[in-house]
Amino acid sequence: MAEQVETLPAAGFAELEAFIGGLSFEADLESRRGVLIDTLHKAQEIFGYLPEEVQKTVAEKLGLHLSEVYGVVSFYHYFTTEIRGANKVNFCMGTACFVRGAEKVVAQFEEELGIKVGETTADGLFTLGTLRCVGACSLAPVVMVNERTYGHVTPEQVSRIVAEYRK
Amino acid sequence: MTRFATREDFTAYTEALAKAGSGKERTRILVGMSTCGIASGAEAAYEAIGAAVAEAGLDNVEVVKTGCVGLCHAEPTVEVERPGKPLATVGKVDAERGRQLVADLAAGRELDGCLCTGGEVYGNQVRIALRNCGRINPENLDDYLGNGGYQALARALFEQKPEDVIAVVKESGLRGRGGGGFPTGLKWEFARKSQADTKYIVCNADEGDPGAFMDRSILEGDPHVILESMALAGYAIGAANGFIYVRAEYPLAVKRLTLAIDQAKAKGLFGQNILGSGFSFDVSIKYGAGAFVCGEETSLIHSIEGKRGEPTVKPPFPAESGLWGKPTNVNNVETLANIVPILQKGGAWFRAIGTESSPGTKVFALAGDVKNVGLVEVPMGTTVREIVYGIGGGTPSGKPVKAVQTGGPSGGCIPAEKFETPVDYDTLTALGSIMGSGGMIVMDQDTSMVEIARFYLQFTCDESCGKCTPCRVGNKRLLEILDRLLQGEAKADDLTTLKELSLVIKDTSLCGLGQTAPNPVLSTLQWYHGEYEQCLRPKKTVKDYRIVEEKCVGCTACARICPVKCIDGVVKKPHVIDQDKCVHCGACFSTCKFDAIVCE
Repeated sequence: MAEQVETLPAAGFAELEAFIGGLSFEADLESRRGVLIDTLHKAQEIFGYLPEEVQKTVAEKLGLHLSEVYGVVSFYHYFTTEIRGANKVNFCMGTACFVRGAEKVVAQFEEELGIKVGETTADGLFTLGTLRCVGACSLAPVVMVNERTYGHVTPEQVSRIVAEYRK
Repeated sequence: MTRFATREDFTAYTEALAKAGSGKERTRILVGMSTCGIASGAEAAYEAIGAAVAEAGLDNVEVVKTGCVGLCHAEPTVEVERPGKPLATVGKVDAERGRQLVADLAAGRELDGCLCTGGEVYGNQVRIALRNCGRINPENLDDYLGNGGYQALARALFEQKPEDVIAVVKESGLRGRGGGGFPTGLKWEFARKSQADTKYIVCNADEGDPGAFMDRSILEGDPHVILESMALAGYAIGAANGFIYVRAEYPLAVKRLTLAIDQAKAKGLFGQNILGSGFSFDVSIKYGAGAFVCGEETSLIHSIEGKRGEPTVKPPFPAESGLWGKPTNVNNVETLANIVPILQKGGAWFRAIGTESSPGTKVFALAGDVKNVGLVEVPMGTTVREIVYGIGGGTPSGKPVKAVQTGGPSGGCIPAEKFETPVDYDTLTALGSIMGSGGMIVMDQDTSMVEIARFYLQFTCDESCGKCTPCRVGNKRLLEILDRLLQGEAKADDLTTLKELSLVIKDTSLCGLGQTAPNPVLSTLQWYHGEYEQCLRPKKTVKDYRIVEEKCVGCTACARICPVKCIDGVVKKPHVIDQDKCVHCGACFSTCKFDAIVCE
């Protein structure tokens, strides 16, 4: 796990606890389990990732074992325990993108930023990641930067896209 | 709008709606606003068109946000419905062209950039599941009601017994569109017969197959049909609660579903005591968190329960013991989208479309090296050629199509020589592929089939949940062999191992993911064995000598000096080097006086 650079904001924990407090679930184990994934989605939305401290809070508030929470976090791709850069560059790994040359685009991003997929740049600006098919196959190959979708991306366009987020 | 307390209230309202709509000479401009439309700039076009219509004072023109019409290659797309004229489809509409379109309309001119009129662009399609996508505003309940929405539910609740509903679905012969192809009516019957105080309906909207996006399109373009169908399923099996398990990657779909649920509940068409019938049905939306295996129904059920999405052995089937141990009926989005039309028009009507063993239509997501990328819905039994060339328009480069991949990571490749095959569940299985959820990836001559197999296997390895050994370890070993083949380091018996191991994984894996994971390898091995064999040969380290036809005068000097006699040709005619025999000695190269032999 990456070194935790900054301390987690207290306001985030307050928001998370308020979210859990607002959920309607019964006291039994099944109900508490049933809201776990929703809670983790919220927690990742607040903190950007799910470090041990956050997982502990979730486990405590829902009355679940930390091991169970960690089991769920580590199972699903959507959840991450590593802190991520300010800009998340994600490559669609769908078949249409693959057929249309996504690998060349990925390689160009890796070269441009000097990191591999799954890593974050030293300045904390970019994280490279992969995404399951976003279903925008007509735009293949697709790169998502944060919420924005870039379609028909060629290796030549990469430096321009990166520059947009360097400002 | 008030809540309908009775069926009569509802009927009165829909009749008034139909009356208000008839006789009106209105022009409708439909702007496709699904995820891909918006990513291509549909929002700017929508705003520009709206502003231009207001500016020109065109009172009888309505600008409507709609779902996806499936012409992804031409996004953003706009369709214009005019009284007395055929439907006009316009592609690649940005703000500028949007304004132009309104100006053309106002002046009564031909529409600039019109792709086609009368819907010709759809080819020989039959739209059942997608019938409302791109035709109605998904955020407006009245649009759905105007197309007969919630009528099937109202009729079932007041005129049909649950068994009657199941009988209609059984008669239709509808099979699960998520990939399994299990008869939906039978599934409902099993769930109906299970005795329990609580039962559940689950809509599987975890569309994980890379390259398939029809479920997203239906959810974004026609969310009410899913609610109505789920309520029908609930009524049929005796369930009062449902879950829609949707991918976290589909935010727009979730937004429109949530809105639809609120609208339908406010009108008494959903939720407590629907239309005063005494039947209640409500759903909750559950987010997936990115796991392909959660498309498998037992995994999906565990995920809704908040656990790791690992599958369990069937039986017991979910129809007996599913969510929290209760009987659960899981249906895919496209399957559900067919339920309402079947109950509206009857099982026999549906059965008459498609083939004997697979009635109805299937939506395919056509993508890859194909001109008209998009969603197509065709009757079962349509040939691959018709879909790829007739509707898809062939490859953008004009090169011949080499193969079509169906069924995603669980499917296989169909080679060009089998393109006359009529597509249904059984013919695809016979070809070593599967129907799957309907992804259809077109590949041209430049695609390496070994690399495609590796691509899918990499996907399966990443997505294997790790519970059972054949899938977790077996697929990893398959991937290693493919890596060796592609790096030119393969061992002689690797192809035998590849095949044997694939068959073992198929036979011994716990769930559908593992049982189908080797399909991409097996089907490419079957149809493109030569490409695998080529990988066994050592990588080329020397350059090839070649005779340039235009420069060769046919002096025969090279043929005479060649030590292995691999140059063939007639006097005064260009000669040819047989590359398989050539030993790269270079004797011909130095002998030729006409620079007709090149080394590359």
